[in-house]
Amino acid sequence: MLELFFGAETLASTVRLSVPLILACLAGLWSERSGIVDIGLEGKMLIAAFAAASTAAFSGNALLALLIAIMVSLGFSLVHGYASINQRGNQVVSGVAINMLAAGLAVVLGNEWFREGGRTPALSSDARFMPIDIPGISSLYDVPLIGVLARIISGHSLLTYIAVALVPVTAWALSRTRFGLRLRAVGENPHAVDTAGISVARLRYQAVIIAGVLCGIAGTYISTSLSASFVRDMTAGRGFMALAALIFANWRAWPALWACLLFGYLQAMGTRLQGVKFGTFEIPVQFINMLPYVMTVVLLAGFIGKSVPPRASGIPYTKDR
Amino acid sequence: MTDARTPAIELIGIDKRFGAVHANKDVNLTIGRGSIHGIIGENGAGKSTLMSILFGFYSADKGEIRVKGETVKIRSSSDAIAHGIGMVHQHFMLVDTFTVLENVVLGAEGGSLIGPALAKARESLKHLAEEYEMDVDPDAIVGELPVGLQQRVEILKALFKGAETLILDEPTGVLTPDEADHLFRILGQLRDQGKTVILITHKLREIMAITDRVTVMRRGEVVANFETAKTNVGELAEAMVGRRVLLHVEKRPSQPGEVVLDVRHVTWKDRKGIARVDDVSFTVRKGEIVGIAGVSGNGQSELLDVISGITRPTSGEVFFEGKNIGMMGDPQYLRREGLAHVPEDRQHRGLITSFDAAESAILGWHFEESLGKGFRLDRDAVVQRCTREMADFDVRPGNPLLKSAKFSGGNQQKIILAREIERDPDLLIVGQPTRGVDIGAIEFIHKRLIALRDEGKAILLVSVELDEIRSLSDRIIVMFAGKVMGEREPGTNERELGLLMAGVTAKDAA
Repeated sequence: MLELFFGAETLASTVRLSVPLILACLAGLWSERSGIVDIGLEGKMLIAAFAAASTAAFSGNALLALLIAIMVSLGFSLVHGYASINQRGNQVVSGVAINMLAAGLAVVLGNEWFREGGRTPALSSDARFMPIDIPGISSLYDVPLIGVLARIISGHSLLTYIAVALVPVTAWALSRTRFGLRLRAVGENPHAVDTAGISVARLRYQAVIIAGVLCGIAGTYISTSLSASFVRDMTAGRGFMALAALIFANWRAWPALWACLLFGYLQAMGTRLQGVKFGTFEIPVQFINMLPYVMTVVLLAGFIGKSVPPRASGIPYTKDR
Repeated sequence: MTDARTPAIELIGIDKRFGAVHANKDVNLTIGRGSIHGIIGENGAGKSTLMSILFGFYSADKGEIRVKGETVKIRSSSDAIAHGIGMVHQHFMLVDTFTVLENVVLGAEGGSLIGPALAKARESLKHLAEEYEMDVDPDAIVGELPVGLQQRVEILKALFKGAETLILDEPTGVLTPDEADHLFRILGQLRDQGKTVILITHKLREIMAITDRVTVMRRGEVVANFETAKTNVGELAEAMVGRRVLLHVEKRPSQPGEVVLDVRHVTWKDRKGIARVDDVSFTVRKGEIVGIAGVSGNGQSELLDVISGITRPTSGEVFFEGKNIGMMGDPQYLRREGLAHVPEDRQHRGLITSFDAAESAILGWHFEESLGKGFRLDRDAVVQRCTREMADFDVRPGNPLLKSAKFSGGNQQKIILAREIERDPDLLIVGQPTRGVDIGAIEFIHKRLIALRDEGKAILLVSVELDEIRSLSDRIIVMFAGKVMGEREPGTNERELGLLMAGVTAKDAA
């Protein structure tokens, strides 16, 4: 039982499933800290997943797939940026539009290009981001405890290591750099930023661009590392789960990592508990799969204390008050 | 290159239009270095626009700006800051969740990392604090500081960025008289150190108290320049509105009758359980104006909400014409019974800015039979009524079909007052009747309130303008931190009221 809940396999799977959540959550964090609400994380990940899988299928090159996916996600991000920054539109509506567009476009283009009902062809391992084994680490696998740790740390794809490394980078950049200070300021009070002689629009575009890049990586990971092809709606609400994690984490980077790992763990358990019997009772899979969402609702309903969003988030900036 | 006699700032032929509104017409203004220069004018006179142009918030259609004799182009706030111009806005431009240091450093970080700038700012705040008695804890979260200190952070921000000229837009609106005096001392010191201060205000008293020179603006134009020492309040007021104004409301002694409103031990607690209104009791009788004075945010707004039936008190009773209405929570019933309410926040509660004036003028009275029966609203009757009220209250422009947002503050207030007064209420509750209202309209509104009182109506007036409270009220109640600090005669001197407003009672002072 202990092995089931806390074994190396479960925990390693937790890490794998957390990666897209972490990337999307950080994307949301950058965007919302600058005052741009991003409901479109889901859509950007989905279209990036599709772009990556298609590029990989055509070219067989994983890095090219990553590049194209980032550019496509960035394109969607800039549409959202234009709607919310220049046109001062409703950011939620724009985000929802991006989700719908991505979901539809991926299937239509996929069907046109590959004729497999919206799927993309299965990718060979060359065209994917494959697990990297840290050299020499396998000798540690049999050492008690350290072995478990070694197996959790090793054997992930490049994108996983990038995602985890981005957490401290984000935390540091937000708190210690000029860009971070200005970005946080523009999410709280853009008027203060404007009167300090800094361009509000420019800062927000920078944030939106970062969000686009991160969603691009997340999407690539989903279709070329976690799986080996694109399937319709394969992001399965991860973008929304990332938003929940973001609220749960109170818009801070380190707590976001823990929140995403928790959600990833629940997802991993959902898979692991399939068919497992407690005595004569078999837990329905649907129930386990439901857990991350139930957790989110319960936690947000008041078990996490006060969660305060950036004050100006979602509000288009105009000079006049 | 420039000698000390060169003016700090020269504005030459500044012209600015917003659509049909000509906000600045060929404005010329010279501001001497090392002086405190007042700019005074009614709302909409163009003072704020002019300063926004100087600070790079808007750009002028025509005209030239010279700083220390040299022509400069100011396209953005950063240009203005680079030319040594700093501005303290009426609504503070602070990031509430940041520390004082972070706020000061924002926009002047000096490198990609903020560590060195924070250290430098800490040092320089220490010096500034010593030099100008402007002590602020650099690590305090700005949102948790009282407004007086927040304003100080704004000034420090400007000084840290090397401001030689400091523009202050209506800086005393949120301050107690004591805090305002302290601000003026700081401004005096800044001037003595060779800084230039531009003070925008509509309060004549402040101009007289602190400025060296004063420029009067009216309808986008500069109409007069004075040396403060050689002018007086009457002359300035006349220049502002273009005619003689009554600065003091003339009124007969009140003839108070029976009690109309009786507030007994009312307490109202917010969601955190903090008593925002704390055991407040008082009465208002027919034929008198009772004024509630206090710095804004000391429970006056919450008290008004309770009395007008918008919220229910946590405890205590409110009697209106003998009926206990405290727990009723039915504003519409109260209005029908003759309790009229002019809310403090005109833009949000007084009217709906996207409605046309005629619609705004029936808000809360739309159920009246004369405006249509059943489900029907008689558009003609609505417009007619508004036309009548507009004529009666001298609303300009007198067009009932114009959007409420298009009227100036004073005219919006007149629309609301007309709506409430024309229903012949027994008690009028009025919050901040002249906030953001120009002098001409203030005079008009004050006269109407006095006239209403003389008809034998009861009026409860809440205002943060002490002058207004003193000139209109027959009795003054001072609130501080939700409590009634005491009741005073209207003749009571300003200092005593000011101390009460700051929570200092005679006992403490002694």
